Amino acid sequence: MDQILLQILNGLDKGGAYALIALGLTLIFGTLGVVNFAHGALFMLGAFCAVAVYQFLNLEQVTLDPDNLTPWGTPMEIRVPYIESWFGETGAAILNFAVPLSILVAIPVMLVIGITMERGLIKHFYRRPHAEQILVTFGLAIVIQEIIKVWFGANPIPIPAPALFSGSADIGAAFGFAENAISYPWWRLVYLAFSLAVIGAVFAFLQFTTFGMVVRAGMADRETVGLLGINIGKRFTIMFGIAAVVAGLAGVMYTPILPPDYHMGMDFLVLSFVVVVVGGMGSLGGAVAAGFLLGILQSFASMTEVKSIFPGIDQIIIYLVAVVILLVRPRGLMGRKGVMEG
Amino acid sequence: MMNFLDKDNLQSDIVLIVIFTIAILTMPIWLQPFGAAYPDLMQKFAIFGIFATGFNILFGLTGYLSFGHAAFLGVGSYTAVWSFKLLGMNPLPALVLAVIAAGIFALAIGYLSLRRTGIYFSILTLAFAQMSYNLAYSVLTPITNGETGLRVLRSDPRIFDGNGSETGPLVANLFGIEMTGLSGFYFCAVVLILVSWFAIMIFRSPFGLMLKAVKTNQNRMGYTGLNTRPYALAAFIISGMYAGLAGALMCITDPLAGAERMQWTASGEVVLMTILGGAGTLMGPMLGAGLIKYFENIFSSFNESTLESVFHFLPEGMREAAISVAGLFVGEGWHLTLGLMFMIVVIFLPGGIIEGLRRLAKAVFGRKRADDTPQRGGDTAPTGH
Amino acid sequence: MSLLEVNDVNKAFGGLKALNHINLSVKEGSVHAIIGPNGAGKSTLLNCLIGRLIPDSGTVTFGGRSLIGVRPYEINQIGVSRVFQTPEIFGELSLIDNVMIPSLAHRDGTFKLNPWHRMDGEAEIRDHAMSNLADVGLAEKSEIIADSLSRGDKRRLELAMCLSQDPKLLLLDEPTAGMARHDTNRTIDLLKEISERRGQTMVVIEHDMHVVFSLAHYVTVMAQGGVIVEDRPENIKGNPKVQEAYLGGAHL
Repeated sequence: MDQILLQILNGLDKGGAYALIALGLTLIFGTLGVVNFAHGALFMLGAFCAVAVYQFLNLEQVTLDPDNLTPWGTPMEIRVPYIESWFGETGAAILNFAVPLSILVAIPVMLVIGITMERGLIKHFYRRPHAEQILVTFGLAIVIQEIIKVWFGANPIPIPAPALFSGSADIGAAFGFAENAISYPWWRLVYLAFSLAVIGAVFAFLQFTTFGMVVRAGMADRETVGLLGINIGKRFTIMFGIAAVVAGLAGVMYTPILPPDYHMGMDFLVLSFVVVVVGGMGSLGGAVAAGFLLGILQSFASMTEVKSIFPGIDQIIIYLVAVVILLVRPRGLMGRKGVMEG
Repeated sequence: MMNFLDKDNLQSDIVLIVIFTIAILTMPIWLQPFGAAYPDLMQKFAIFGIFATGFNILFGLTGYLSFGHAAFLGVGSYTAVWSFKLLGMNPLPALVLAVIAAGIFALAIGYLSLRRTGIYFSILTLAFAQMSYNLAYSVLTPITNGETGLRVLRSDPRIFDGNGSETGPLVANLFGIEMTGLSGFYFCAVVLILVSWFAIMIFRSPFGLMLKAVKTNQNRMGYTGLNTRPYALAAFIISGMYAGLAGALMCITDPLAGAERMQWTASGEVVLMTILGGAGTLMGPMLGAGLIKYFENIFSSFNESTLESVFHFLPEGMREAAISVAGLFVGEGWHLTLGLMFMIVVIFLPGGIIEGLRRLAKAVFGRKRADDTPQRGGDTAPTGH
Repeated sequence: MSLLEVNDVNKAFGGLKALNHINLSVKEGSVHAIIGPNGAGKSTLLNCLIGRLIPDSGTVTFGGRSLIGVRPYEINQIGVSRVFQTPEIFGELSLIDNVMIPSLAHRDGTFKLNPWHRMDGEAEIRDHAMSNLADVGLAEKSEIIADSLSRGDKRRLELAMCLSQDPKLLLLDEPTAGMARHDTNRTIDLLKEISERRGQTMVVIEHDMHVVFSLAHYVTVMAQGGVIVEDRPENIKGNPKVQEAYLGGAHL
């Protein structure tokens, strides 16, 4: 029982990341009718926002300490991050909270990137066949990831979570299990809460604002909403920006869980696409549900007990589930008829 | 020059295949000035040409976009290496068995995937290919030899050419001709010519017309008395067989098969080749395959010193700058060039290179042909989804 | 002798009864028009005939064979062709290809793997297709891509596609809707000629009374999912029940 609970928890944080990326993909697809293969790259860019902030905060002042000599007789170097030497304790705290603070940077940066992308490229592909949309955004994703590789190198860059969340929570105790039966890293809990909050915010935004109402109407029937004289193009541009921010935030907060490298976007993209399709193209709820579902199933499949019965199942579970769902439910869990079937 | 590509009578096809045969067989000569006349590279052109031509029979004609064709490439490779291991180093049984195995595999995957259309079909094929890839790495290790890859060993039975008694390198051997260097290329080139000829036959046949109908309007096909599923499935199997053939040919010079051949990036590559050249055109995909492999070879082989010599004519300061900028796009940065190339082609030339050449031809010889637009459907670029 | 027999067919979409105890009998060699206001269930009835929809109950027999649950491509192979309200054509292909496909389907059946034949070896099929295109007046456009045609021309192309199959029964869903008067008259003349020359059995759904009265041998009037009257056209005009249902009581 405790094992099952642990696996559910393990799946939830990954599921949260899938759900956030899939949510953005679905928003873009639903509003603009564009299949965005560069969405994984946006997730990766978010993660590298955190890397950039972290590295910037960690710029070190190098002073020489004449009293301490190295074995070679040169003075010992003392490296102190500028921010610490300037602001002392406060500076150290800021440094410690580099990842959550990156959110403040990532939001405007991702918004600008998203809007630029939509205005500069995606806009011209509204009426083009899906195959061409896929190809051009795929090309863009390659370009983005290669630029990141040139800038940050090819190796994963570990980013620590704030010290406050570095330990593990003894979840088991809270549910009446033995002490330390289920211990779960605090940061993953934070990530789960964060992804739920972002998902909630997006849904609330769509549900309760006029802007959201127009967007939802546009997703249902674009032509008609356009005929009502509402400038839907501008709203869709902003929607693309929001989707980029959502993907970016998913990336920012994921850095302590998985050290980002330049191709993490592609790895997540393929899985997120499976998630979107399993959820049903164009269904926001479906995307979120499928994200968590597949995340949890994946972590179940990696249990040793399961693997001993079905060897190799952990490698293929997501795809297997996708195949079964698509064959049983032609349009995924919650897809609508006629979407992307042509 | 492009004129004969638009017509589809027998004479112009014979002209086409003759020109094509000559062009392929004389590649070692005319590729010299491009610095691409290495047997290795030309063999790659031929193999990926086959792969892309086969992919085009599915995607270009029926419009079904498969993201999992690399799986058939991998199956072909593994089958070929097993044929070498068990039967001997003759490439012919290896090719035949690889085509059969890939065909059976394609039948199974296609039968299930073709129950869905559009992106649902694409994701199903992707899922099957990724499963094959992941299984080849893990559970299927006894068949695939996992990460190390499957290769021919001296201890293998090889029942038809003597239980590993030979000495010398282990390469495929066609009745005494070793499949290395130019002979390796010529073997692949002959296979390429044969299968291209078959592809032309398909394009020009009633069967090919039905495949185009599948792409254009499946509803109408049904109400016209045609069962679309077997047509799409036949196209899927044929294109899977082409992929299996290409996979087998990859093993003749270097009898090694690895799971990475089945990864989705490899499937993506063939999509890109096909679109770059022009999906639905006869020669486009092959052209796309050749260009991508050529640029990959050229760009990734550049390094500091070659750049130095290229920008030799520039004054000191500018030379440094030019080298560092160009350095981003070559060597390790070749993928950046590839990504940009894609975007440029898709943005400015959605029909691919063949469409570009056609427009060029029209601009040059144009006026007298301007009246017969729009042309026949056969060779024009796809506008569907 | 009746070629098509529809017996007590019902079809509901949720709570809406789209077809309510429909009976219809189409005699071989006749032109049978179905008229009625919007939402009367005419197109639904046609959809039940070609296998696009399956009736909830009732029987549909064609030449003595039941059509219930038979796949659309099989129904076509038995000899039923349909022209749709919104043209269903092969938009990316040339007109001649558009007509050759149904001709080939008529000759070769639902599926044939023949990649080693050549299209230009199919001279007979091509000639047949050309003559069908000529029948509808599109012969000189045979090499044009179908999508570039006007809506009226697309209709005529679809008609040629159906005629090329020599169907035993031709179903026409508003064949003249959206056509200019001049095109409408040309289409009526064409249909009339086909009816007289080939003795083609047709079921025509039509709004335009001019078309109905110049073509039909029999008229079935539908309203709200049910059949009101079935009679010869000359008797329909004065029928008070028809005026009631169709025109809300106004006089014709």
